[in-house]
Amino acid sequence: MALLEVKNLSISFGGLRAVDDFNVSIEKGQLYGLIGPNGAGKTTVFNLLTGVYQPDEGFIHLDGEDITRLKTIEINQAGIARTFQNIRLFKELSVLDNVKVGLHNKYHYSTVEGLLRLPRYFQMEKKMDERAMELLKVFDLDGEADYLASNLPYGKQRKLEIARALATDPKLLLLDEPAAGMNPNETKELMETIRFVRDHFDMTILLIEHDMKLVAGICEELTVLNFGKILTQGKTSDVLHDPEVITAYLGE
Amino acid sequence: MKNRNIPKKLQDNLITIGIVVVCYILVMILSATGLLSNLLQGLLVPLCAYIILAVSLNLTVGILGELSLGHAGFMCVGAFTSAFFSKCMENTITFAPVRFFLALLIGGLCAALIGFLIGMPVLRLKGDYLAIVTLAFGEIIKNIMNVLFIGRDSHGFHFSMKDSLSLGLEEGGDVIINGAQGITGTPKDSNFTIGVILIVLTLLIVLNLINSRDGRAIMSIRDNLIASESIGIHITKYKLMAFTISAALAGIAGVLYSHNLNSLMATPKNFGYNMSIMILVFVVLGGIGNIRGSVIAAVILTLLPELLRGLNDYRMLIYSIVLIVMMLYNWAPNMIALRKKAANRFGRKKEVA
Ligand SMILES: Nc1ncnc2c1ncn2[C@@H]1O[C@H](COP(=O)(O)OP(=O)(O)O)[C@@H](O)[C@H]1O
Ligand SMILES: [Mg+2]
Repeated sequence: MALLEVKNLSISFGGLRAVDDFNVSIEKGQLYGLIGPNGAGKTTVFNLLTGVYQPDEGFIHLDGEDITRLKTIEINQAGIARTFQNIRLFKELSVLDNVKVGLHNKYHYSTVEGLLRLPRYFQMEKKMDERAMELLKVFDLDGEADYLASNLPYGKQRKLEIARALATDPKLLLLDEPAAGMNPNETKELMETIRFVRDHFDMTILLIEHDMKLVAGICEELTVLNFGKILTQGKTSDVLHDPEVITAYLGE
Repeated sequence: MKNRNIPKKLQDNLITIGIVVVCYILVMILSATGLLSNLLQGLLVPLCAYIILAVSLNLTVGILGELSLGHAGFMCVGAFTSAFFSKCMENTITFAPVRFFLALLIGGLCAALIGFLIGMPVLRLKGDYLAIVTLAFGEIIKNIMNVLFIGRDSHGFHFSMKDSLSLGLEEGGDVIINGAQGITGTPKDSNFTIGVILIVLTLLIVLNLINSRDGRAIMSIRDNLIASESIGIHITKYKLMAFTISAALAGIAGVLYSHNLNSLMATPKNFGYNMSIMILVFVVLGGIGNIRGSVIAAVILTLLPELLRGLNDYRMLIYSIVLIVMMLYNWAPNMIALRKKAANRFGRKKEVA
C-alpha cells in the first residue's frame, strides 16, 4: 500500500478553485515531484496535506491512517513535516536551537524538571544536542551551530529548514521549492543532499520545484498541476516529454 | 560530545544574578555607613518590585512576543489578595516569615489564575488582541479595588460594592478592604533583603525557562508561529504557559510591594495604566527579550529621578537624555551592528538571552 494516498482533494477560495480533484499515490521511499506554473496550486496542496487549510472535498491517508481534517500539529505527529517556499526559520534562535525545537516532541522532560535543573534536564538536553548535531552534520551546518539562524547565508537557511523538519522524525517530507534562490552549484549540492536524506533516513519525499534540472535529476515520478487541475502524472521521463506539458508549462 | 550550549548560557545567567548580588551588597554597605538617604531607603523595596515586574513583563513581551498593557493589573491582584490574607491572619499566624511565604503563594497563584483566565480565550486569537484586553483588565481591576468593601465579624466575611456601612458589621467587626482607602495596617513583612531574594528567584525562573525545552517552544512561536505549528508545537499551551508565569511573577511583585506599605490603595499611579506603561518602558529601553537589560533599565530609571533631585532644574533634562541614550543603544541599527561586531570579536556569536 502507498505511504501517501490522496483522493479527490479540492479547495476553493471565494470563486477560485485553487485545487480541483487532486489525486496522488506515493510509495514509501519514493522521490516524487510536483511541478507546474506559478499559481497552479502547488503550495496549496502542501497546505492541504499539512492541515493549514481544510479541504472542501477529498481525503488524505498517510500510512493507512486517515489524516484528513486533522490539525497541523496532529498531522506533524502522524508523520508529515515540511519546509516553506518563503523560508520560515526561528530567526532569533541559534541554528542548533532551531533543530532542537524540531526535536520537541521526541525528547521529554517536565517544566518543573527544567526550572529546577533536575538531572533529567541535563540528560535530555545532552541527548537533544547530540541528535541535533547529527542532523546538522548531514547538512554540513555543524560548524555554524551557535550562529543565529538569521545570520546564515540563504542556501544554508534552506538546508536548516530541512534539518528542522527531519528532526520531527517524519515518514513523509514535503519540500516547497528547496532550490529557489540557489546558484547552480548550490542546487547541485542540494540534489546530492536530498538523495542522501532519502537513502540515509529511508525517507519518502514530495517536492515542489521549478528547477527542471533538479526535477529531472532526482524525481522518479511527477505530477504536473495547471490551474489547480492535474495535467499529467507518471514517470519523470514520460511526463517531461509529454507535448501537453511542454506547451502548457515548459514551452512558455 | 559535550553539552555545547549549556556552559555559555549558564555563565551568562550567573553574570546577571551576580550583578544583582553585588548591587545588594553595595546597598547594604551604603546603608550601614549611613550614606543612603531616607528617600532612597524607602525606594528600595518598590525598586525590587519594579525589577520583578520588568523581568516578568519581558517574558510576555520579549520571549513570547505578545504585547501586554496591563501588567500592573496582575501586580494589583497579587498585592490585594495577599494583603487581605496577611491582615486576616495577622493574629493567627504570628511567625512573619511563614505568613509572608503563604502570602507570596496566595498573591502569585491568584494573579496566575487571572492571567490564565484572560489568556485562555485571548491567546487563541491571532493578532494583537492581548494588548487591548490587558489594557482593559488593568483599568477594571483598579476600579474594582476602589469600590470593594470587605469586612469581618463573628459571623464571618461581609462583602459590598457600595460603602462600609452597608457591610452591616456587628459591634467589634472590622473593615479589611475599605473601598478607595484600600487596606490599612498590612503587617510589614517584606524588606529589601526579601526583595532581592525574590529578584534572584524570578531571574532563575525566567532564565531557566528560556533555556529549556519549553522556553525554546515559546520563542519559536514568537519567531514564526506557522513554522512552529508545522513541527508539532502546541501553540496555545505554550502561549498560556508563558503568560501565566509572567502574571504569577507580577503577582509576587505585588505581594512584595503591598507588604512594605502601611496603607495600600489602588491609585492610577501605582496600579493603573501609568504603572503598566512605566514597566513597559523599562522592558523596551532595556531591550526586548534582554532580561539583564530589564533589570538595569528598571534600576536606572527608578533611581535616576531621585538621585538627580539635587540638580532640580536639570533633572528632567538629564532624565530625558538618559532615555534617549538607552533607546539609541538598544535600537539604533548602527549601534546594533556595532555591538554585534564587538560581540563577535570577543568570540560570541549570539546575543544574550
Ligand atoms: N489563503 C488563500 N486565499 C485566497 N487565495 C489563495 C490562498 N492561498 C492560495 N490562493 C490562491 O490559490 C492559487 C494557487 O496558489 P499557490 O498554491 O500558492 O500556487 P503555487 O504554489 O503553485 O505557485 C493562487 O491563485 C493563489 O492566489
Ligand atoms: Mg508555491
